[in-house]
Amino acid sequence: MWDYSEKVKEYFFNPKNAGALEDANGVGDVGAISCGDALRLMIKVAPETDVITDARFQTFGCGSAIASSSALTELIIGKTIEEALKITNQDIADFLGGLPAEKMHCSVMGYEALRAAVANYKGEAWVDDHEEGALLCKCFGIDEGMVERAVRMNALTTLEQVTHFTKASGGCGTCAEGIEGVLFRVNSAMVAEGVLSADVAFDPSRAANVKKPKNKVSPLAPKKPAAPAGGKLTTLQRIRLIEQSIEELRPIFKRDGGDCELVDVEEDRVFVRFSGACRGCQLESVTLQGVQERLMERLGQPLRVIPVQAAH
Amino acid sequence: MKSVYLDNNATTRCDPRVVEAMLPYFTDDYGNASSMHSFGSAVGGALKAARQSLQRLLGAEHDHEIVFTSGGTEADNTALLSALETQGGRNEIVTSKVEHPAILSLCKHLSDTRGVKVHYVPVDSVGRLDIDAYRAALGPRTAIASVMWANNETGTLFPVERLAELAHEAGALFHTDAVQAVGKIPINLKSTEIDMLSLSSHKLHGPKGMGALYVRRGVRMRPLVRGGHQERGRRAGTENAPGVIGLGRAAELALEHFGEEERRVRALRDRLERGILQTVERSLLMGDPDARLPNTSNIAFEFIEGEAILLLLNRAGIAASSGSACTSGSLEPSHVLRAMNVPYTCAHGAIRFSFSRENSDADVDRVLEELPGVIANLRSISPFWKDGKDENGASHLPQEFKPTYA
Repeated sequence: MWDYSEKVKEYFFNPKNAGALEDANGVGDVGAISCGDALRLMIKVAPETDVITDARFQTFGCGSAIASSSALTELIIGKTIEEALKITNQDIADFLGGLPAEKMHCSVMGYEALRAAVANYKGEAWVDDHEEGALLCKCFGIDEGMVERAVRMNALTTLEQVTHFTKASGGCGTCAEGIEGVLFRVNSAMVAEGVLSADVAFDPSRAANVKKPKNKVSPLAPKKPAAPAGGKLTTLQRIRLIEQSIEELRPIFKRDGGDCELVDVEEDRVFVRFSGACRGCQLESVTLQGVQERLMERLGQPLRVIPVQAAH
Repeated sequence: MKSVYLDNNATTRCDPRVVEAMLPYFTDDYGNASSMHSFGSAVGGALKAARQSLQRLLGAEHDHEIVFTSGGTEADNTALLSALETQGGRNEIVTSKVEHPAILSLCKHLSDTRGVKVHYVPVDSVGRLDIDAYRAALGPRTAIASVMWANNETGTLFPVERLAELAHEAGALFHTDAVQAVGKIPINLKSTEIDMLSLSSHKLHGPKGMGALYVRRGVRMRPLVRGGHQERGRRAGTENAPGVIGLGRAAELALEHFGEEERRVRALRDRLERGILQTVERSLLMGDPDARLPNTSNIAFEFIEGEAILLLLNRAGIAASSGSACTSGSLEPSHVLRAMNVPYTCAHGAIRFSFSRENSDADVDRVLEELPGVIANLRSISPFWKDGKDENGASHLPQEFKPTYA
């Protein structure tokens, strides 16, 4: 059973704005019955003001697909087209109090349907750049297609490189087997196409199984950094460990043109500030969850990572 | 209101009589059966009795043909890996496209990483195995053929006795994953040529984490788990005494209730099925109506998605399941329904109702009362359901549903 938020359940059990909108002047259809979800978004736009005065949806799909569609209509009614187009799939997920990582594609479908409906209203053609594939890394919401593209475009040949480029496997690390499988498949194809040398291609039989744990301890830290032995850390040790873990993740964010800094720690709450491309990124909440997983693993205790707005 | 549990192919309630039989072996008779004292011998006798109960349920010739495992999955893994080791010079597996992941994931792993060639035999539109294709796939390189006795999603039964004979003609071993069949249909292994059979305890009102592999006397076997001498060296590790005893008791009860499962449970299932097919338009029965488990019904509802149906049923206090992609997080519909070439319009909306001896007529009434509303509700918001027509038959929709990608 999925761990749906109360808001998702509410919007699934009693969806608002469901059904056909007869005098719609913009219609966006995305998805397909073969994919298991499809959404038709119908909008009515006042031509003189470009304000969306009404919106309705029809959805074929799971609980979160229906809830996301309904949430989308609530978010866009009363907004101008320009304002509505600023809504990201993350806004839809946030409105619903979050979606399980496997279900984030439902919010993406809403995001795309809105673009398709606006294009239809303006008489433009809308081209889908939909990505899909099995979700590999649950911590950071990275799917197979994304890993495959990163491996191809950058000729990646190790798991560590994939983590640096895509963040996949940078959290709990349990998806390593799946990612190595994709790496092996794509590298083998690249060798066959003559775009990668067989000497460097990923070879599961040569992949090191035993890795020395990274030991990047600040010279100021106690000689023996407290192992993640739950509850035994002093406040200072905890903060240092948190700081250190975030430092380790920063190069990954920087590669995406973003950054993350530690702002404060209060008991089990860790406040961080995302900047650059990470800020407002479609996957911000997923990234946040990934950071949280990593911190919990390093500290061996539960905590919550909370984003704070950048100071103006 | 009492919940209606119709997901007994996923798991069953552990029978209170089973729990009662198990309890003393946690705190009173807690000895290790291998120990040389009375604590141990008290357990040893109970383990033997449990093995014999299971032997009776399976109609096995000898009680030592039963190897207790941690469940059906371990039994499946043991059977296939053992055959690849003992069948010298043979490194191919013949199986069906509709097996449980316990077989399919292992087969994929073996073909991806160990050069094992796997033949996946197709099924027809009601899920019957293509016997000609099965025959053609068997050959001098086949180590083992493994075909389930009954399919978990549709309940379709496979002619495993005949399949075992065909495998033997090719010199291959035959294994069947009988996790869904044991306790639901008559099984008499001593009159068949089946070499190995997997079963799971929690599917027949026994405890979870418990199962068994039947290995016909004389069939060479290599253990999956090595260590101690338990299970005659075929499955090491201190016996899960409460689990074994629970499974033994569950097997006894299954035998006792056998006629009931066949008659009363079948009648409940049939009444539910008829009721749904008659009252809900565009609903289709999945699986082979002529050769099916008595407890399973799989019905697909066109133009709506399974998870949404389950969530609404759950709110109405009804537990069922679907092979729907969305419940598992992938986008593909059930591999079983895809193998049967069920069209996408309904493959995503298939719901499985699976009964046990604990269900009643009132359960069937409840589903027949709630389900039509649930289906109508979801269809009313589906873009594929074209029922919103006006009096002239014209659709109210501004245009036909044409997504940019399909």
